[in-house]
Amino acid sequence: MIGSLDTVTLQKLWWLIGSVVGSLFLFLTFVQGGQTLLWQLGKNETEKSLIINSIGRKWELTFTTLVLFGGALFAAFPKFYATSFGGAYWVWIAILFTFIVQAVSFEYRKKPDNLFGSTVYEAFLFINGTVGILLIGTAVGTFFTGSNFVLNEYNLVRWTTPWRGLEAAQNIFNVSLGLFLVLNARVLGALYLLNNIDFSGMDTFKTRTRNAILSNFIAALPFLLIVLIGLLTMDGFNVNPATGTVSMMPFKYLKNLVEMPIVLIILLAGLGLVIFAVYSAKFQKRDSGIWFAGPGTVLVGLSVFFTAGYNHTPFYPSKVDLQSSLTIFNASSSHYTLTAMTYVALIIPVVLAYIAYVWKLMDSKKLKAEELEGPEASENY
Amino acid sequence: MIEQIDLSTVNWARAQFALTALYHWLFVPLTLGLTFLCAFFETIYVKTGKDEWKELAKFWMTLFGINFAIGVATGIILEFEFGTNWANYSWMVGDIFGAPLAIEGIAAFFLEATFFAVMFFGWNRVSKGFHLFSTWMVAIGSNLSALWILVANGWMQFPTGMAFNPDTARFEMQNFFDVVFSPYAISKFTHATTSGFALSSFFVIAVSSYYLARRRHVTMAKRSIAVAAVFGLVSSLMLAFTGDEAAFIDAKHQPMKLAAMEGLWNGSRNAPVVAFGIVNGMKQPGDFQDPFVVEFKVQGLLSLLANRQAGSFVPGINDLVFGNRDYHISGVTDMMKKGKLAVKYLAEYKNAKKAGDLSNASRALAEFNKYKKYLGYGHLDLPKESVPPVAITFYSFHLMAAVGTAMILIFFLYLVFTAKGTIDRTTWLYPIGILFFILAYIAGEAGWIVAEVGRQPWAIQGLLPVKMARTDIAPVNVKLTFFMFLVTFTLLLIAEIKIMLKQIQIGPKGGEAK
Repeated sequence: MIGSLDTVTLQKLWWLIGSVVGSLFLFLTFVQGGQTLLWQLGKNETEKSLIINSIGRKWELTFTTLVLFGGALFAAFPKFYATSFGGAYWVWIAILFTFIVQAVSFEYRKKPDNLFGSTVYEAFLFINGTVGILLIGTAVGTFFTGSNFVLNEYNLVRWTTPWRGLEAAQNIFNVSLGLFLVLNARVLGALYLLNNIDFSGMDTFKTRTRNAILSNFIAALPFLLIVLIGLLTMDGFNVNPATGTVSMMPFKYLKNLVEMPIVLIILLAGLGLVIFAVYSAKFQKRDSGIWFAGPGTVLVGLSVFFTAGYNHTPFYPSKVDLQSSLTIFNASSSHYTLTAMTYVALIIPVVLAYIAYVWKLMDSKKLKAEELEGPEASENY
Repeated sequence: MIEQIDLSTVNWARAQFALTALYHWLFVPLTLGLTFLCAFFETIYVKTGKDEWKELAKFWMTLFGINFAIGVATGIILEFEFGTNWANYSWMVGDIFGAPLAIEGIAAFFLEATFFAVMFFGWNRVSKGFHLFSTWMVAIGSNLSALWILVANGWMQFPTGMAFNPDTARFEMQNFFDVVFSPYAISKFTHATTSGFALSSFFVIAVSSYYLARRRHVTMAKRSIAVAAVFGLVSSLMLAFTGDEAAFIDAKHQPMKLAAMEGLWNGSRNAPVVAFGIVNGMKQPGDFQDPFVVEFKVQGLLSLLANRQAGSFVPGINDLVFGNRDYHISGVTDMMKKGKLAVKYLAEYKNAKKAGDLSNASRALAEFNKYKKYLGYGHLDLPKESVPPVAITFYSFHLMAAVGTAMILIFFLYLVFTAKGTIDRTTWLYPIGILFFILAYIAGEAGWIVAEVGRQPWAIQGLLPVKMARTDIAPVNVKLTFFMFLVTFTLLLIAEIKIMLKQIQIGPKGGEAK
């Protein structure tokens, strides 16, 4: 059946797969959010240890999801991979750098003789959760605001500013999206900790965590508003389906939401879930908010990616040369490769199933402070 | 395609790839093998129910975790470096090359990431059986990730299952199974993973030898050595076998690499293996200088190894550059001429198509198709560009082969003295075991130097020279990131070694009493 799918269907399918992976990554940034909350919520070594060990058991999933996001885009949309990584060089290098230092920090932070001392590793985690996520958001922002590149007739990229992608940080929409993601990750992080840690006997720690959910959400709101208002009012990049010509169109992304009402519903449902999670955690004193805010974040992410890539919209537009803009049609792999990769993608549900199974198995008991101090302590971060 | 090629960007990007890949390979082989050793140790624990084996497994897992973290840190950059520094490459071969990278993520990394958490934090949260299963999954996941990245690397060495599409100006996949089951993919995978197994066995042997020398954790060290010596001996034999296979396929598909490995400038039917030699670094294709300052040859051995047939012809560098009619070898000089025609007709095709001149477009395309298999050679400026750095390739190869062969003996000795029950008194063997742990690292890195330096100037063998594969970016950017990675990775390496040594000094829990 997969073998008979036409190229356009496969291209749309792979944008969907990429969107799902990217959106799951946004959910999993609760790890990064937790990293930035370490100093704010953890007032003594036990509390810090609980935070680190709670999110530390999930950091590799987030990391791997980011790597898969890159790998899936490389396989399905190699022109995007080449154009964006080669072009917006410094943005990606900076993002990767924060993930390089993250990767050692959980493991090395508490080990004796670790060269830098635990504060430096904690700072690495903080940088990853702030700068890393901020720049990822900024990069996603350029899906709507455009970038500075020209492709030649051999599809090779030339970037027109020496800042190599960092210039995207001058745009208030891009930066607001980045800041929203940072603060949303903190909301998710606090919600995850609330659900994952056994707070018995640590009421002030629990209250602090609960309060962080609301305060970070309130801090995120102005940036969310800037992003939403920007998205609904800005001129967007449009592809003429008949000629393939790209031009600017007023209210393009608003039009996308109107013309794809399902995306609008997904967006509103996602935002609703996040708001409900914050409300239930703070005011109903429930601990399970992560299971609303997480899927809510996934839905918001999906709506963002769908708005960027579907409905005759170039997902990686060039603002200096409109005709160089990348669409899911002109940036994709060949029909053969997309088909082969679609067969491979059939194992994704299996992967998701075992991740969910192991997650449930490992997290059925909440993390207790005693676990970190007992005879098994050396196995912990 | 790019009118002005700024060589310094290429060279900094090359240096950066070498730096990051060599750093990454400091950690990967230990991950590949130690995870299996941990799985063996834990299996023995589950089978025997003895807690000493559990403590032993946990101790090696602690060291595994320290190494694994920095392996992940140095790995992420490699995945994205293809895009940042090699954007043209990513576009031109992304249709083929991207797939194994994505599959690596889907099919391997998630196994590692999911079950790693169980392996370290699940002792009291899951059943004994599920924990053991998780440890095995980490082992399998790590090695599966090696499989997919080596499929990708194998394809660069021997591009197969694809065709050039002149309309998109890129190579496109035609047969997924040709890519996955190419002889290079299988050879790379088996050779690289077994080298990791051997190195990891030496790691366990070296640490255990240190304990035996200090009379600490003696029982634990003896047990560890017993398992590691068996695993190491089997792996090193496999390593030699797969190494021979690798040279055999090089002879078929990368004869220039093979010639550089042996410093063979003029082909012969009685081609020698140089057992030991000092290379004349000044020698150029076509000149009459002696290739070696000093050399000890075994005549005829290369003919036998390369073609598995005594007295068979093995082409030398000069035959490959200038051609050899007697043996029907068309030289680089000839292929460059055809390649330039391919480049020219591709440009004509593109221009005619743009202008809507269909008849000229189809004429140019027909001409292009005649020469397209030489397209890569059309981008070379001088025939001698096709020759890889001979001295580096030669020395790396010989070092690797010598250490690889000697390994077998060392594992054998450890096994013999373990079987005799005297390993804890065979003190003279300990420094040798520790030395070979370091030599195994050097040999592994040398192996990658042979594989990658030996195939210069190609990013994709015969199709895409490295200089065409790069990103259009000012050299200062790549230079800066080179030093960023150099400093960061070096500091992280120092941290890793310090932590590792400290953990070794602390030793396994409760080991002292037993």
